[in-house]
Amino acid sequence: MKAVEANSITQRFGKITAVDDITFAVSEGELFGFIGPDGAGKTTLFRIAATLIIPSGGRMTLFGLNVVSDYRELRNHIGYMPGRFSLYQDLTVEENLQFYATIFGTTIRENYHLIEPIYKQIEPFRERRAGNLSGGMKQKLALSCALIHKPRILILDEPTTGVDAVSRTEFWEMLEGLKKEGITIVVSTPYMDEALRCDRIALIQQGRLMGIDTPEAIRTSYGRKMWAVSHPDRYRLLLALREIQIVSNPEPFGEAVHITLHEGTAPEDLNRKLENTGIHGATIKETLPGIEDVFLELMRRKPEEKSL
Amino acid sequence: MAFVRKEFIHIFRDYRTLIILFGIPAAQILIFGYAVRTDLKNAAIAVLDNAHDEVSKELTQNIEASKFFYVARQLDSYDEIDATFKEGKIRAVVVFPEKMAATITREGTATISLIADGTEPNTASLVTGYINGILSTYSASLTGELTATMPLIMPEVRMYFNPNLESHYMFIPGLITLILIMICSLMTSVTIVREKEYGTMEVLLVSPLRPWQIIVGKATPYFFLSLINVIVILLMAWFVFGLPVQGSIALLIAECMLYILLGLALGILISTLTGKMENAIFISFLALMLPALLLSGFIFPIENMPKIYDYVTMILPPRWFVDVIRAIMIKGAGIGYVWKETLILAVTALLLMVISIQKFKTRLGEAK
Repeated sequence: MKAVEANSITQRFGKITAVDDITFAVSEGELFGFIGPDGAGKTTLFRIAATLIIPSGGRMTLFGLNVVSDYRELRNHIGYMPGRFSLYQDLTVEENLQFYATIFGTTIRENYHLIEPIYKQIEPFRERRAGNLSGGMKQKLALSCALIHKPRILILDEPTTGVDAVSRTEFWEMLEGLKKEGITIVVSTPYMDEALRCDRIALIQQGRLMGIDTPEAIRTSYGRKMWAVSHPDRYRLLLALREIQIVSNPEPFGEAVHITLHEGTAPEDLNRKLENTGIHGATIKETLPGIEDVFLELMRRKPEEKSL
Repeated sequence: MAFVRKEFIHIFRDYRTLIILFGIPAAQILIFGYAVRTDLKNAAIAVLDNAHDEVSKELTQNIEASKFFYVARQLDSYDEIDATFKEGKIRAVVVFPEKMAATITREGTATISLIADGTEPNTASLVTGYINGILSTYSASLTGELTATMPLIMPEVRMYFNPNLESHYMFIPGLITLILIMICSLMTSVTIVREKEYGTMEVLLVSPLRPWQIIVGKATPYFFLSLINVIVILLMAWFVFGLPVQGSIALLIAECMLYILLGLALGILISTLTGKMENAIFISFLALMLPALLLSGFIFPIENMPKIYDYVTMILPPRWFVDVIRAIMIKGAGIGYVWKETLILAVTALLLMVISIQKFKTRLGEAK
C-alpha cells in the first residue's frame, strides 16, 4: 500500500487555480520532497493531504484512507507542521509538548524515544516560553510536537523557512533519523540544496507538477552539457556572458556561473570570446547540473510548451 | 481537560486579558457608579409663579428643599420660557396657575404645568418623575386633593421600585448584562480566532479532537471567570453602593449562568465568521456591545424609545436578561415572575449553541 496516492488533485479558490491536476504517489517510509517557489501551491496541496481542505477535484488517499471521507480516522495518523510554527507562544516548551501529547491522546513518556534525539537539544530550555525561542529551536519544538503521537506520516510545510543554515542541516539529519524509524515524510521546501536529501522530489510550479524523480535522475535529465565558468570578478563575468551569443541561460551558482553552450561550440570558443571582452583567465569546467538548473530550465521551457 | 488548563495558562500569562477580565468591570462599576449617574442632583429649574399664594410658595419651597433641585430663576411671563430653555441650563419650568389656592379650595383640584427640557429624555423623565413625587407628598399633606398633570412625560415606572430615587438600582443590573456579554462573547471569539491567526488551529483541527471538545475547552475557563466576575460585581454593588440582592441569590446566579452560556455561544458563532482578531473584536462591539449598551434599556429606557425599537429590542437577549436580573435583584422576584424571560433566554442559548457547533468547521475555510 502506498503512503500517499493522489489522483488529479485540483484546488480552485475563486478564479485562481492553486493546484492544477496533480497526480503522485509516495511509498511508505519514503522521504518525499516538493520543491517550488512561493505560491507554487505546496501549502494548499499539503493542507489537502492533512485533511484540512476538501479538494475541488481529484482524489487523495493516505494509507488507503480517503482524506475527505475518512478524515476522522486519518487524523490519528498524521503529524502535521504548518508553514508557521504552530506553537503557543505564551506556553513554555514543555507545556506545548504536553498539550499536543494530550490532545492526541498520548503522553510525552510513551513516545519519548521517538522525539528524544530532537527534544534533547531543546530540553535545557523547557521552562522557557516558546515565543522566546530562536527560529531553529522553535522548529525543533514544532517537530517534536508533530511527532509526539507517533504518526505514520509527517507532513511538513516548509519546515526550514526562516531558519539558520546550521539548524537547517541539523533538521534534515533528524528527518533522516525519523525515516529510519519507518515514518513516511512529505516535506516541502523552497531551498534547492535540501532537495538532494530527499529520496524523490517533485518539482512544482504554478500549481502544476513539472516532474517527479530521484534528485540524481532529475539532475541528469537536463540533457545538455553544463559548464561552470568562474573568474575572480564574477559580476563582470556574468554581464559578459549575458552578451555572448553562443551562451544560453547564464545563472550564478555559488562561486561560478552555470551555462550551456549552443550546439557545435566548444569551451575554447567561449574562452576566446571572453578574452575579447577583456576577461582573462576564466576557468571553464564541465559540471553536473544542480536542481536549480533543471528547475530554471523547466520554467523557461514551460511557456513554449503552452504555446504549442 | 488539558485544553482547559492550557486556556487558563493563556489567560493568566496575558496581563491584557486579565485587565479586560477584571480591571474593566471594576472600573466600569466605579465610573458608572460615581460619574455617569443618571439620577439627579441639583438640577436647575425655573418657576413661573402666576399664583403667588401660599400653595405655590410652599411647593416652591419644597422643591428647593429637596436635594434634587434648586430654583435657579423666577420667571415673570410665559414669553421667557422659550429663551430660558434655549440657554440650556434649566432642566424644567414649573408653572403655577393663577389663583391656585382658591381653585383647590373651590374645586378640590388644580393643574400645574411642568415643562421639561426634552432634549435629554432621561433627565426630563427623571425631573418630571421627581417633581411628581414632591407634588404627591405635598398633596398628601393637604386635606384637600391636588392632582398634577404632567404635560410632557409620564412619571417613570421604576420610581415605584426605586423609592430612594437612586440610579445604582438601574445600572448594576445593566452593567452585569454588559460585562457578561463583553467577556463571554468578545473574549471567546478572540481566543478562538487567535488560534486561527497564529496557525495553531490548523494543528488542532488535524488532531483527533472533535469540534465540541475544542469549543468546550475554549469556553470553560471563560464560563468560570465570568461567574467570578458576576460575584465580584454583586459584592461591589453591595459594599460600595449598598445594594443587596433582594431575591434569591441562587436564582440570580443560575440566570447569570444561562446568560453566560448564551454569551459564549455568541462568541463562538462570531469566531466562525472571521479569521482575523480585529474583525472579531469589531463584530463583537458592533453587534453585541452597542445594542446591549443602548437598546437593552440599560442607559435609555425602552419606554422612551419609538415603538419600532421596542420590537427590535425583543430579539436582543440583553433586554430580557436586564429585566430578569432587575426583577430578582431589586424587586426580589422569584422564578414565577421571570419564567417567561428565562425561557426565552434558554431557548436562544440552546439555539445559538447548536448553530455555533454546527458552523464550527472541521476544516479550514479558505487558504489565506
